[in-house]
Amino acid sequence: MNIRHAKTFLLGALALGFLVSVAASHFNSYWLFITYDIAINVILAVSLNLINGYTGQFSLGHAGFMAVGAYTAAVITNQFGDLNPFAAGAVFSGALLAGGALAAGAGLLVGIPTLRLRGDYLAIVTLGFGEIIRVIFQNMQGVGGARGLSVAHGWTDFFWAFGAAAAAVYVVAALVHSTYGRGFLAVRDDEVAASAMGINPVRYKVTAFVVGAFFAGVAGGLYAHSKQFITPGGFNFMQSVSIVVMVILGGMGNTVGVILAAVLLTLLPEFLRPIAEYRMILYSLLLVVLMLARPQGLFTFRKQGDAK
Amino acid sequence: MQKFLAPIQHARGISLIAAATTLFLTVFLTGCDKPASTPGAATGPIKVGEFASMTGSEATFGQSSHEGTLLAVDHLNAAGGVLGRKMELLMEDDQSQAGQPATVVRKLIARDGVVAVLGEVASSRSLEAAPICQQSQIPMISPSSTNPKVTAVGDYIFRVCFIDPFQGTVMANFARHTLHLKKVAVLTDVKSDYSLGLAKFFKEGFIADGGAIVAEQNYSSGDKDFSAQLTALKAVNPDGIFVPGYYTEVGLIALQARQLGLNVPLLGGDGWESSSLIPIGGVSLEGSYFSTHYSPEDTSAAVQDFVKAFRAKYNETPNAMAALGYDSAMILADAMKRAGTTDGAKVRDALAATKDFQGVTGKITMDADRNASKPAVILAIRDGQFKYVETVSP
Amino acid sequence: MTELLQQLINGLALGSILALIALGYTMVYGILRFINFAHGDLFMLGAFAGFYISPAVAAVLPGPSLGSGLVVLGLAMLICAVLGVVIERVAYRPLRRRPKLTVLITAIGISLFLENTGQLVFGATPKKFPEIIPVYPVLKFGGLSITSSQLIVLGVTLLLLVALRHIVLKTRMGMAMRALAFNPEAAALMGINTDWIVSFTFGLGSALAAAAGILFAIVYPSIDPLMGILPGLKAFVAAVLGGIGNLPGAALGGILIGVTETLVAGYLSSTYRDAIAFGILIVILLVKPSGLLGKKEIEKV
Repeated sequence: MNIRHAKTFLLGALALGFLVSVAASHFNSYWLFITYDIAINVILAVSLNLINGYTGQFSLGHAGFMAVGAYTAAVITNQFGDLNPFAAGAVFSGALLAGGALAAGAGLLVGIPTLRLRGDYLAIVTLGFGEIIRVIFQNMQGVGGARGLSVAHGWTDFFWAFGAAAAAVYVVAALVHSTYGRGFLAVRDDEVAASAMGINPVRYKVTAFVVGAFFAGVAGGLYAHSKQFITPGGFNFMQSVSIVVMVILGGMGNTVGVILAAVLLTLLPEFLRPIAEYRMILYSLLLVVLMLARPQGLFTFRKQGDAK
Repeated sequence: MQKFLAPIQHARGISLIAAATTLFLTVFLTGCDKPASTPGAATGPIKVGEFASMTGSEATFGQSSHEGTLLAVDHLNAAGGVLGRKMELLMEDDQSQAGQPATVVRKLIARDGVVAVLGEVASSRSLEAAPICQQSQIPMISPSSTNPKVTAVGDYIFRVCFIDPFQGTVMANFARHTLHLKKVAVLTDVKSDYSLGLAKFFKEGFIADGGAIVAEQNYSSGDKDFSAQLTALKAVNPDGIFVPGYYTEVGLIALQARQLGLNVPLLGGDGWESSSLIPIGGVSLEGSYFSTHYSPEDTSAAVQDFVKAFRAKYNETPNAMAALGYDSAMILADAMKRAGTTDGAKVRDALAATKDFQGVTGKITMDADRNASKPAVILAIRDGQFKYVETVSP
Repeated sequence: MTELLQQLINGLALGSILALIALGYTMVYGILRFINFAHGDLFMLGAFAGFYISPAVAAVLPGPSLGSGLVVLGLAMLICAVLGVVIERVAYRPLRRRPKLTVLITAIGISLFLENTGQLVFGATPKKFPEIIPVYPVLKFGGLSITSSQLIVLGVTLLLLVALRHIVLKTRMGMAMRALAFNPEAAALMGINTDWIVSFTFGLGSALAAAAGILFAIVYPSIDPLMGILPGLKAFVAAVLGGIGNLPGAALGGILIGVTETLVAGYLSSTYRDAIAFGILIVILLVKPSGLLGKKEIEKV
């Protein structure tokens, strides 16, 4: 997706989001809420794709950033009572941005250790960070601890969810395809060669973590205002893994593929509900078979340069 | 990375997205909300939804609760159904995963058109579903979520279990006045809101009765080693230890306490009640006490029939969660019968008016906050069995 | 003072179990250079294998005795070794030349598969692990207590450490394993059957996991399909702490983690216990990524 098309996509998605949110009351509320899940998962997958796919890092702690954003946004909006739509929009956007900003701060914290680590060590450290964030929230009595936090406002709607998703897609696509952003790919493809060419890998890696974490935080805020109840347990290792699976399924570094994978993996479980007890088994098998048969992802058709 | 700029690849990507979007919009445009209840149409089965943690980390609780609920529906249908119609239970698994209850309860209400929702053991997951039931004006009955906040969500949300303040206080009084304990230590499961709530009200009650809480330690559900916490508790020489956890950990806690030479009574709540508690804890549990809903020695027909039917169907003794799951469905059916309809608002009114309903877990009356008000039973563990000690009325 | 000593004993007992799991982890990593995420689940399967075998063994060799305990242990190790070899053959071998992360994700997939299948097959409710070895009374010294099973775990860990070191350092098989770890291509050129060595390593690692599972279940006789997750992660941290690929390092790391966790839980706060192992991991990777006893590796360009 190059920039020109990214802009079209952004505008199109915003327009569609607005139209659907106006007509929302005519839709089946179950499917409508599934679309919010889709948008949230698109944001999570696309932002993780910047870290894992484009920059060649490996984060298994994306749910931790999501938790930071979710709790921050929820604490902010819980300070307000019922507001008129305009004020609600202002508060909500502020809360989402604040959640994203704090998550970005956490991303900076996690990004720094990545300077010394790579591959599976990095994966395990990010997993550790994710778990530590979860344990911290579990012990923060001010936000309910293990008992969880009720979110007063269900402000997430089609417009907000898809607006944010379009913005995330746009920013990531624009960033990666800018002259500056070529550096992400260079760092991924060959870090040593990249630094020999005057690219500062440290800066790119940390940037990827910060931007990726920001959008994960925004997604967390949307999640909190869609489900209206959050617990630390909801942002566990499994949640991180499911985001990683979206990126893998779509193809690392393939924005379009990752979006499709996020949509597919949100809808598929809904259709598999009749065989719920086998669902997780199928899911894990899918993961293994995918790695064996199509490690480049379902939606990547042309062979990529060897990504390490 | 050239592939991104390649026009063909690119066009394919965009068209894939467009196709997916179109397909998706078609799917949900075609399915408007089913009317939740169709009062005039008294044909076909009555659809009741249930959401439970059938898989995932808390599957053992969800499965027990579901077994009880299912047995209740069997019994109701065998006795001719409700309002002359069969009751159909639509169960959705929430995988013990936050975020799922909101989705599955929306599905049950908006897509399947259930007239009532039963569910969850964990308060955190009930709290996710409750606002949706409230907004849709669908009565929801939680079998065993003890956090007081659950029913505070709105006037359509009920429960059939104790709430934390009652059970915590009952055990505090029992420890202080019947067992004459002065110094008690508390060992809480910090991952479980049930445990945290029970611990809080036990501590308040015990201190109000003139006792002292001499030490507090924590663990997380899933832990197997408690020796560090128990050694720290032993150092302060308590007269007893309050362990408001689930049977999944209590057996090992008892075992390790005795191994460390900590031979004081352990006290707990209804989370202990399970046939898998004593096999694991063994003799280490002797002399422990816990509060729960009914005694297996209870000779009342309601209890004995339930235990017998449950054993016949599942080949195991029902635990507290199964009994509460059973009562949640029974009390809903009772309210529907009294309301004479499945209409949400009328069933809600009938549920709120429930008085002295004879359930398996005791005589249930709904109080003004839609919490079940019913007596608690205190059981002792002696000779490897649960023995009745006393009944405490609210 | 008694309390502190008791806490040290507690920590040592917990640590020796972590060390036992870490030995298997570190050996597979040392040879094959990948994190076998499913190690914790093979540990769980070992415990369940013991659970299902022991009634049959008890029918032949009645009563808990050291002999029947060893038979159960041996059979469970055999079952898990076969399983480990099969998993390697089916899921990991086709990926040998692929990026490490591909293999890591496959391992996560296998791990989820084993956990969820376990829940379906064994049920989610915890089961009581039978007494397969005779239970001696708890040993008491003054105010201190230690159970015989904890001593057995400590003994077995030390025994396995010595045996593994012997296998890796003194046998032809061990030499081939080290050659493979050092340079797979060169090893193959020297006529070493690498597939066979990898299978052997996996079988051995899985048998170790099964042994750890059985011993864990003897000390903590409540087993469930998800029991392997947390010990698995902590054992991994122990292996990294000691220097991954280094056998004495894994044992040392396990004991250090066990003691630290116990002391923090006993004296500071038991609420943050789950985060301790990860905290240690992050610190060690930042300060000394090669671990306490590991050798520093220089990245080849």
